[in-house]
Amino acid sequence: MEGLVDTIVDAIRLAVTTIPEDTVKALRRAYEREESEVARFNLCNVLRAIEIGRNRSIPVCQDTGTLTFFVKAGAESPYLGEIEASIIEATRRATLEIPLRPNAVDVLTNKNSGDNTGKDVPVIHWELVGGSEIQIAVLPKGGGSENCSALAMLTPAEGWEGVKRFVLERVKECGGKPCPPVILGIGVGGGADYSLTLAKKALLRKVGERNPNERIAELEEELLEEVNSLGLGPMGMGGNTTAIDVKIEVAYRHPASFPVGLVVQCWANRRAFLRIKADGRVEVWQ
Amino acid sequence: MAVRLKAALGEEVLDLKAGDVVYLSGRIYTARDAAHRKILELSKKGKLPFELDGAVIYHCGPVVRRKGDGWEVVSAGPTTSARMNRYLDEILSLGVRGIIGKGGMEVGPFVGRAVYFAFTGGAGSLAAKSVKRVVDVHWLDELGIPEAVWVLEVENFPLLVAIDSKGNSLYR
Repeated sequence: MEGLVDTIVDAIRLAVTTIPEDTVKALRRAYEREESEVARFNLCNVLRAIEIGRNRSIPVCQDTGTLTFFVKAGAESPYLGEIEASIIEATRRATLEIPLRPNAVDVLTNKNSGDNTGKDVPVIHWELVGGSEIQIAVLPKGGGSENCSALAMLTPAEGWEGVKRFVLERVKECGGKPCPPVILGIGVGGGADYSLTLAKKALLRKVGERNPNERIAELEEELLEEVNSLGLGPMGMGGNTTAIDVKIEVAYRHPASFPVGLVVQCWANRRAFLRIKADGRVEVWQ
Repeated sequence: MAVRLKAALGEEVLDLKAGDVVYLSGRIYTARDAAHRKILELSKKGKLPFELDGAVIYHCGPVVRRKGDGWEVVSAGPTTSARMNRYLDEILSLGVRGIIGKGGMEVGPFVGRAVYFAFTGGAGSLAAKSVKRVVDVHWLDELGIPEAVWVLEVENFPLLVAIDSKGNSLYR
């Protein structure tokens, strides 16, 4: 398909240079709520950086991360066969053109590939769905916040109380490292691997958008309040806002297991989506 | 209190207090994990290609692009400093007077000799505005763009003193 690589580069550019409006609103609210000089210094810098990124079309954060793509591939799309190669080529070109920081390093030699590609990166998650459309979500995510992600294999007896305790302990332990105010993605059930994938996917939801299940939506709000009552604040230097949202996604679990994946996203909540219709029309949005 | 400082720094850093805002100008050196290992290895052999007495080290892996014969810094916020805790004492023994980063570090090694400056994590586009030029780059081929040592000339880089030389820290 002509122009497919260009469109994916456009989506990557949108993701790294423009912080989504839902997130900006939440950060502005956080700025208004903060009283300490230090918290306001940090949030003021955050809001200025967002503006500069958007106005000058440059990456808001220098850690443009590891690029992760979630593909919902319609089984009847005529473009299925081109998607993987196009994503890899777009990653190379985006690295040069936007530019992005080259963040792909060989685990044995420590050599940087220079273009954000390498063995199994960028990471592509495939989901085969019905229909003829392909939707791709781009999630560039920095290392500082990713290093705070974690997995807990709770006992079913610990249940949701255990989830809260695990999340709060982890957030406290990480302090300012993941660049708070953060967004927490939490995946429960589905096995160890899948809980973490669910947690990362949860970050694609808008800030303020609740899980459609009422009880889970309540748990999201309860956890958000508890995380903020820790008082870590922006950059871990104290304040009212440690997180701007908590997202929980669930899958059924094995009766003996209660897996919880936690993925921490920094305030630079980068994401973009594109849709490719069967007739070749393309849409890019946040 | 807001203070203007010029790197290289001297004993004036001992008077700074946690919570002070500092506008830093002068030369700073980026260094992350691999660069720290390299600096310590070469300094033991007496072969370090730059002078770190009074220097400011910035925990940063910038986004850069080619500009003529040189480089331009596009986005340059701080990286998580805690990863460099294991090198902190030795790095400060080389005479380093200031570390810029995010997330904080162990307090002990700073006491009586240096300060930790925080810049807002993620605000790379804003930090880049304070970078006037790239003076030099070391070990680019060997370490790659994020891990290389970039020697940057900064002007009025707004920083918070987050850990002072008396051992006071802003981190919770």
